[in-house]
Amino acid sequence: MRSLPSGDTAFKVGAALLASSVVLIVFLAGYVLVSGSTLVLSKFGTYFFTGIEWNSAEGHEIYGALPYLLGTLATSGIAIVVGVPISLGIAIFLSEMSPRRLRIPVSNLVELLAAVPSVIYGLWGFFVFRYFLADYIETPLSAYLGWLPGLGGSPVGVDVLSAGLILSIMIIPTVSSVSREVISAVPNSIREGAYSIGATRWEVTRHWVLNYARSGLFGAVILGLGRAVGETIAVSMVIGNAVGPLALPTSLLKQSQTMSSYIVNIFFDATPGTYEFSAILGVGLFLLVLALVINVLARLMVTRLLKVKGGAVE
Amino acid sequence: MDHYAARRLKDRVFTILGGLCVVLAVIPLGSILLGVIAKGLPAMSWAFLTTDSLPSTTSPGGIGPAIQGTLMLVGLTSLIGIPIGIMSGIFLAEYGTNRYASVLRLLNDVLTEFPSIVAGITIYLTFVLIFGYSTIAGALALCFILIPIVSRTTEESVKLVPNSLREASLALGIRKWRGTVSVVLRAARSGLITGSLLAVARVAGETAPLIFTAFGNSYFATGLNGPVGSLTMYIFSDWKQPYQGYQLQAWGAALVLILMVLLINIAVRLATRGRGARR
Repeated sequence: MRSLPSGDTAFKVGAALLASSVVLIVFLAGYVLVSGSTLVLSKFGTYFFTGIEWNSAEGHEIYGALPYLLGTLATSGIAIVVGVPISLGIAIFLSEMSPRRLRIPVSNLVELLAAVPSVIYGLWGFFVFRYFLADYIETPLSAYLGWLPGLGGSPVGVDVLSAGLILSIMIIPTVSSVSREVISAVPNSIREGAYSIGATRWEVTRHWVLNYARSGLFGAVILGLGRAVGETIAVSMVIGNAVGPLALPTSLLKQSQTMSSYIVNIFFDATPGTYEFSAILGVGLFLLVLALVINVLARLMVTRLLKVKGGAVE
Repeated sequence: MDHYAARRLKDRVFTILGGLCVVLAVIPLGSILLGVIAKGLPAMSWAFLTTDSLPSTTSPGGIGPAIQGTLMLVGLTSLIGIPIGIMSGIFLAEYGTNRYASVLRLLNDVLTEFPSIVAGITIYLTFVLIFGYSTIAGALALCFILIPIVSRTTEESVKLVPNSLREASLALGIRKWRGTVSVVLRAARSGLITGSLLAVARVAGETAPLIFTAFGNSYFATGLNGPVGSLTMYIFSDWKQPYQGYQLQAWGAALVLILMVLLINIAVRLATRGRGARR
């Protein structure tokens, strides 16, 4: 012991403290949302989760958040149903089937979709995509199938379907790049074994590669869901922003609302400390919990599979 | 058709379907780029880019303050967030074999998908209610988004540095931390720059967390303590106005924003070509 305390310890502790900022962030967000929403949760109890009325007029106050929860699930559901098959197609094509020199440029191109700011997706969705959707998809849909439940409403292109489709475009880069990573973690020996018995590329992919990568691919899908659930601005610009019972997503061609778009729309109407403000934080708490659960689940599934790859390589 | 031909046909069909998926994904990108250019170019003028003239019924005024605000927010966020993110990445890569580090790693990954609006609300409740809307508040909220991205890319690029370099530096008799800072980080430099730039591009495109923290401002900001505008908030507040002038200028702001964001992304991807860098 002839010099000052080792710089090594100080460095390690300093780095550990800064790395712990993520704990602080998650804890802080959880704390303020839980403490902020206790007011409304203690007054309205389960009605907050099951009710559909939202009224902040004094004396008639009532807060039910069900429509926004369902709106979030409906739009994210559409995003998954439409976005996942396309993303998996891209991942399979790029990792198993395309010529090698196409891979990097094409995957970069697809990932540029992730770089487009969400407010620009909203702008494009409202002024460009909306008209395409209304004219070529929703008008025939409502003309021929409008009698089906879930397809009623007017084909104006600002509704559950347009928000869901914009979200599906927005999750494609995430889902396809994670899927590609997961697929490339499948050991080559599996492919070689399958080729050696004379399988075609598609058969190798379908029966061996995808089978092996299954849980990781599921993780990639859940990750896409997590992203769709949290997205705010683009959705708020194309979903039509209905309120209360009107916001229940009973049809693809109906205006609705998601939790995050609702928060953006009404946040500044409320004064901190009131029931209304507490109710908004309650919606935020829902959103946070939903997003955290989905993402933790997804990360656990994806990283477990990628670890197998590490072991196989060493 | 014999059995083998049928199998080969199926293989062909699925290859083509895969290619179609790629095309399907790239079409919106093309449509967005063309749309923003076609609708944004007519708004361009020197005055549009530099002035803060008063909003009127026909025009919301220039985007000078919005450009200034975006640069201030992104700059301050980088100043606070990048060092934290890099140190955090170093911790995870160099000392990250224990259980605590794997929890941090998971939290870090989860935060990269954190609903950004929650970041805005959190800073609103803990900071804005006390100190008011400001550039600082906006930057703090953006740090929630930037730190996890920088931390993750740092961890990945530090892990790529071969162990022989670490051993060589230790063999010279310097402390491990000196070796980490001057040898390992130097070797991982391009990865760190790449990750930071991508995070900056991502943060420049955020809207939701800023609405509750930076609030927006039609005039040039004079310090870090007051409300400040941004290109994203400019677009978000103007697109829904019924006046053509507002909508035109929203597209103009979108063109400036997308040029900023995409240029960073494309430059980074060209610079790291072939290294399989991930967002």
